[in-house]
Amino acid sequence: MIQTFAVVVADNKTYLTELDSAIGDADHGINMDRGFQAVVAKLDGQVSGDIGATFKTAGMTLVSTVGGASGPLYGTLFLQLGVATAGKGTLEPDDWGAALDAAVQGVTARGKAEPRDKTMLDALIPGRDAYHQALADGASFADALHRSAKASEEGMKATIPLVARKGRASYLGERSAGHQDPGATSSFLLLETVADTWSGDA
Amino acid sequence: MKKIINRPEDVVREELQGIEAAHADLVKVFYDPYYVVRADAPVKGKVALVSGGGSGHEPMHGGFVGAGMLDAACPGEVFTSPTPDQMEAATKAVDGGAGVIHIVKNYTGDVMNFEMAAELCRSEGIEVESLLVDDDVAVQDSLYTAGRRGVGATVLLEKIAGAAAEGKRPLKEVADIGREVNANARSMGMALTSCTVPAAGKPTFELGDDEMEMGVGIHGEPGRERMKLAPAHDIVELMATAIVDDGPFAQGDKVLAFVNGMGGTPLIELYIAYNELNRFLTGRGIEISRNLIGSYITSLEMAGCSITLLKLSDELVRLWDAPVKTPGLRWGV
Repeated sequence: MIQTFAVVVADNKTYLTELDSAIGDADHGINMDRGFQAVVAKLDGQVSGDIGATFKTAGMTLVSTVGGASGPLYGTLFLQLGVATAGKGTLEPDDWGAALDAAVQGVTARGKAEPRDKTMLDALIPGRDAYHQALADGASFADALHRSAKASEEGMKATIPLVARKGRASYLGERSAGHQDPGATSSFLLLETVADTWSGDA
Repeated sequence: MKKIINRPEDVVREELQGIEAAHADLVKVFYDPYYVVRADAPVKGKVALVSGGGSGHEPMHGGFVGAGMLDAACPGEVFTSPTPDQMEAATKAVDGGAGVIHIVKNYTGDVMNFEMAAELCRSEGIEVESLLVDDDVAVQDSLYTAGRRGVGATVLLEKIAGAAAEGKRPLKEVADIGREVNANARSMGMALTSCTVPAAGKPTFELGDDEMEMGVGIHGEPGRERMKLAPAHDIVELMATAIVDDGPFAQGDKVLAFVNGMGGTPLIELYIAYNELNRFLTGRGIEISRNLIGSYITSLEMAGCSITLLKLSDELVRLWDAPVKTPGLRWGV
């Protein structure tokens, strides 16, 4: 999944950077791509039966290679996914739910943002909530992942009219409205990649 | 994109190699991870100052490493915060046993990365204080933003706190002097042209031939207002009015006036801006008792300038005048 996401990030490097140039500092795609290329290099040849350890390696690598705000935030996200899935060789539906909870908590603590501040959380929280709701509704793992991605996409699109209250975009005040948040976009891409990659195995 | 580079991905490493080749008498450069320390680091019993930020603002910060200013600088990728492992390695390399101060410009990425680094260093028993710089009056400080950006005052703070640390003042005193500088300094910038991040290859923003961006940030972030180009008199009056009205400046005060080039503006224009600033402040009864004119905190090749005013006390004047020997700032030695 992480390798696939690295390809997705590379494919969307220009798109994410363009979104960032509208309300940020035009480097989100560049930084994310540099980080995930480093993650792929780090994981190359490592065969780990421990999903948590793989997430943790990815998180540590992101913290030390991405920089900017995305480094600590995505680093924390993957580290928390790693903590929640430590020692697991396969993921049960509830395991991923717990991992999403941990990731959202970690990103919230690091970035001190709230919902509707126009950040990553606006894609992550709807994705997490829809995933839990889907499982509660009795959906299969694959369906729950797809509903999670769909809700995350809606959350991402809902950032367009928002006025940013965190990060560099907040300096623009009202001028930040009318633009989709780049961090929410990369977070949606992550949950979409998870759904596309894992739903086949379910 | 026209730049004197080899490959965009090698810009930061090759710049560091150039600094190492040019200034081996003043600094040592490390590459895994990237950081620059003064040649005689660690200095025993001296509070160490560590700063850092994205590259592209040269000479800040690597050019300010040396006696009387910074002990270490951590360069990130262009316009991107450095990472906690760089800051941790730099902190350990310069820790002389009297504590370390992290000088952090108020940007979300810089703050979070330095926060993670400070947590790592403290967990290993190093005493770390953080100094936040947030002097940009172009950005409204409110609960609903990430707060004011750190800009020109960073250079003044690094020099003045650096002098205090060089005088072997204790950690708390050096940190308090740094906070005093930040509290008494205000800045505003403007741009005539955009800048191009090497890895992006395209200008960060578009500005018409007859337009200027008032209140621009040091990464080409949009400012307060896009306006029609105006004479130097009007440009400086707009900036100086915003600064003086916002800051602690009153008739009879003495200030340090810092007219900074953004990277693509020649000194001839900076002196014209300084002349206008001097007239403006004289009219307000504020005396410029020290000045700094030149390109010290830049935004790649952006044309434009920023103005920083720092209200001076006698102690701040003494610390400003104290000797400094770095690649980018040097006097009294």
